[in-house]
Amino acid sequence: MESEALGWYGVPIAVLGGAIRVSTPFLFVSLGECLTERSGRINLGLEGVLVMGAMSGYAVSFLTGNAWVGVLVAGLAGMALGLLHGLVCSLPRVSDIAVGIGLMLLGTGLAFFLGKPYVQPKAPTLPALHLGDWSASPQIQAALQINVLFLAGIALAIAMAWAFRATRWGLIVRMVGDSADAARAMGYPVAAVRTLCTAAGGFLAGVGGSFLSLYYPGSWNEGLSSGQGLMAVALVIFARWRPLACFWAALLFGGAGAIGPALQSVGVTGGYYLFNAAPYVLTLAIMIFTSSPNRTLAGAPGELSVTR
Amino acid sequence: MEAVAALPANAGTRAPLASDAVRRAAEGLLIPLGALAVSMLLFGVFVLVLGKDPIAVYQLIWKGAFSTSFAWQNTLQRAAPLILTALCVAIPARAGLIVIGAEGALVLGGLAAAVSGHLLSGHAPLAVQLAMALAAMTAGAAWIALAGGLRHFRGVNETIGSLLLTYIAIALFNHFVEGPLRDPASLNKPSTMPIDEASMVGNLPGLDVHWGLVFGVVFCLACHVLVRHTVAGFALRVVGGNVRAARLAGLPVGALILGSCAVGGAAAGLAGMVEVAAVHGSANASLIAGYGYAGILVAFIARHNPLAIVPVAILVGGINASGSILQRRLDLPDATVLVLQGIAFMAILAAETLYGRARLFQPRGA
Amino acid sequence: MSHDLHNRSRRTALKTLAAGAAATAASPLWLPRAFAADFVVGVIYVGPKDDYGYSQAQAQAAAAIKKMPGVKVIEQEKVAETTDVQKVMASMIEEDGAKLVFPTSFGYFDPHMLKMAEKYPQVRFAHCGGLWTEGKHPKNTASYFGYIDECQYLNGVCAGHATKSKKLGFIAAKPIPQVLRNINAFTLGAKSVKPDITTQVIFTGDWLLPVKEAEAANSLIDQGVDVITMHVDSPKVVVETCERRGIHVCGYHADQSALAPKGYLTGAEWNWLTPYTTHVKDAMAGKPLNNFLRGGLKEGFVKPSPYGKAVSEGARKQADAIKAQMMKGDFAIFKGELKDNTGKVVVPAGTVHKQTDVVLEQMNWLVAGVIGKV
Repeated sequence: MESEALGWYGVPIAVLGGAIRVSTPFLFVSLGECLTERSGRINLGLEGVLVMGAMSGYAVSFLTGNAWVGVLVAGLAGMALGLLHGLVCSLPRVSDIAVGIGLMLLGTGLAFFLGKPYVQPKAPTLPALHLGDWSASPQIQAALQINVLFLAGIALAIAMAWAFRATRWGLIVRMVGDSADAARAMGYPVAAVRTLCTAAGGFLAGVGGSFLSLYYPGSWNEGLSSGQGLMAVALVIFARWRPLACFWAALLFGGAGAIGPALQSVGVTGGYYLFNAAPYVLTLAIMIFTSSPNRTLAGAPGELSVTR
Repeated sequence: MEAVAALPANAGTRAPLASDAVRRAAEGLLIPLGALAVSMLLFGVFVLVLGKDPIAVYQLIWKGAFSTSFAWQNTLQRAAPLILTALCVAIPARAGLIVIGAEGALVLGGLAAAVSGHLLSGHAPLAVQLAMALAAMTAGAAWIALAGGLRHFRGVNETIGSLLLTYIAIALFNHFVEGPLRDPASLNKPSTMPIDEASMVGNLPGLDVHWGLVFGVVFCLACHVLVRHTVAGFALRVVGGNVRAARLAGLPVGALILGSCAVGGAAAGLAGMVEVAAVHGSANASLIAGYGYAGILVAFIARHNPLAIVPVAILVGGINASGSILQRRLDLPDATVLVLQGIAFMAILAAETLYGRARLFQPRGA
Repeated sequence: MSHDLHNRSRRTALKTLAAGAAATAASPLWLPRAFAADFVVGVIYVGPKDDYGYSQAQAQAAAAIKKMPGVKVIEQEKVAETTDVQKVMASMIEEDGAKLVFPTSFGYFDPHMLKMAEKYPQVRFAHCGGLWTEGKHPKNTASYFGYIDECQYLNGVCAGHATKSKKLGFIAAKPIPQVLRNINAFTLGAKSVKPDITTQVIFTGDWLLPVKEAEAANSLIDQGVDVITMHVDSPKVVVETCERRGIHVCGYHADQSALAPKGYLTGAEWNWLTPYTTHVKDAMAGKPLNNFLRGGLKEGFVKPSPYGKAVSEGARKQADAIKAQMMKGDFAIFKGELKDNTGKVVVPAGTVHKQTDVVLEQMNWLVAGVIGKV
């Protein structure tokens, strides 16, 4: 296939394509974490949930021959881990940050342990929608090959934003997150709501993980995740707990991850380690600029331990 | 009058302090041990479900970790770096911060040690080692203090911040080791210029374990004294207990937070120096071995108590040591020990809820 | 139905427990293994055995060795390049009685394997890729390696025929001599077909970074590259990404043709069975340890993968011809005059480097036509 090299124009297109490709796991994990944090709990273990989701999705897709069943099971596995986190944190005096770290370890360990037999086999992957076929350029075609999960994520972000604002469930969640006392006074079971939200958040994170193994890069092995789960947690704070802002932030982070290879492909070869660290530096910079020691962050759920 | 006279003599007073201390000590020992026992049981169930014999697994863990002199040395060698990296989590935790950036501090400390060790080539070994240790501790302290500073001055959550700094530290490390600081002779394994053979830290006499173990134990003892028996340590614990009360009392909260982070970072940096000086002789990618992350586990299981860190590190080191033999004899993947550690971690954390509430430990008459 | 399964699994579990208890009573697992008559060989991997790449190639050789009569192989994977591997080697020697140890990752050589070799002078250590030097390294250590750059050259020839854009891509982990030699051989092979071919290199920074590798592949393809090869621990992701985007790919380490039925050209595979067998047979027969074992196509240390559907007739002919020359030992890849990509002369005119020339194992330049920096 003849294709013109794009030279430096290739960098923004690669960043765009990378943003769409790489952002989907960020999107799902951050939406899940957004739900959890809105209810007043922080789940740092989503890194482990992501890896577990990736492994279980790939394994089930291989065993059943259907990638979508894999996605579903990945979500269920994530939900189980989220439920564990929620239940343990419901015990009094247990620190949710510490349990999150423990969940990270457990989730990753379980995934590596159970995933050993699935490193080699090739499982069916998720199909893509070719939204770029209007373009003659194969690069744009490739950049706009969007996965259904990406679109599902956008729809989910919109739905979540609306739900928080306009539905009774959203109000309950927000109330539990802003003031546990007020929620209890109204008769809502605080611990149960938080546990449900954590479990639902785990479901979404598991689905996000399955994207990694079933679409991009589309393979299961132990180096699959490099801190995406944790960056997604930071992303939620950056997005001020607003689901739509989570979507834009996820795109930003996905694009940042694609800068390193894109620059190397046009010949900027020095310091590629530093370029590869771009997403982490970006996250840290954002956190520095948007946090403040004196005021609690605008929009923070009142009960969230990380911002008190 | 008769009713009052009929009351027992010590009505209205609480139990004497001595038995309070015993109760707290019993709690502090039995609850974590109980949690560990529960986690071993859960792990056994996990193994059973997968079709392997849990009894065999327990026996092999014992054998691989604690049964022979060889096993003990294996365990101690693996425990040595964990003691120091656990301090990196435990000391800031006393100030109320959850810092998990030990891995970053370790690699930067190792880099600083390797560079300073090479620059001082030809000098007396003891001086070189001292310089390396100081350089490593400074580098590690600065890095974790950065996380603490971001928390104190900018309100950035220190858990996420320290983890991001770890990734950035590893990127910087790789950049320098493979770029400007690379030893041209280290072709297929990019490393910094090597330190003198004579400056390498050796093994303890008669054992196959290097001096890093002793550095760790000494550091732990020093931290214990610092936290429990000095005014600064007391102030630190006040900050950790209730920041607002500490501020109201006029304690220098910022200095205490930064100081605790610096001490923790120094410990992790020293672990990096030991890896360079006792094992590799230069800084290279093998330094990034996950000791920082394992240290988090040790610190939490030890409930951030410097004295408890040493036995817990030995326990975790033992579990890691047995992973070898589990792989070879039972064909279990290396992630087996990860699962065990994860279960143990969760059990310990869940058991936090029992402190002060378990009936067994309630004071008499309560 | 599920009740039945539940019962069945419970029964199996109970049976296993009973069997395990009986077995441990009979021959306790914790006692040192007495593989009395067997010759025990230990193999240590840095990654998982089934990574479709480096460790898998070693594991395939180990699996074949297992079938040799009187040989017992014990393996351990995911061993880090720290004191961990020293302890693993010691454990294999002391607890399982290993007499020959294969530490397969490059980073195990110095200081870990050397230290253990000094401690256990009766045990043989055969390292993959290390530069064993007479006088500097102990006599009971050895190194073996294969000249896989010969197969990368053949990769390059096939790529040269297949490419239409004359832009090739190479995804590598780190710029170390073994990798640079492969990049250069690939480029030289392609340039022998079309002299104005260029190879774009992207370094990902580490041996196993699937997301970065996929991104690198996509970036290269966006820049017009239409044949990619790689030197990373597990080529699976790159091969699958190339197949998805419809370009050609040349494999590495092991045979990945099953992953890319349309785009796979050929691949450069290890055949570690040859050095493994040599070392095991020598050890069992008590012959002295061959300290420096090297070989290419001729000695059977490496082999090219079978040609894929996309390889044209002309490409096959040329590649087969060159392969025949290599088999006879008549072909030199690195011969003067060669300039690197900064214009400097790295192989002067008239110099012909045989594959065994040690200076090639210290390569630190990229040949002209490669876009990238060391």
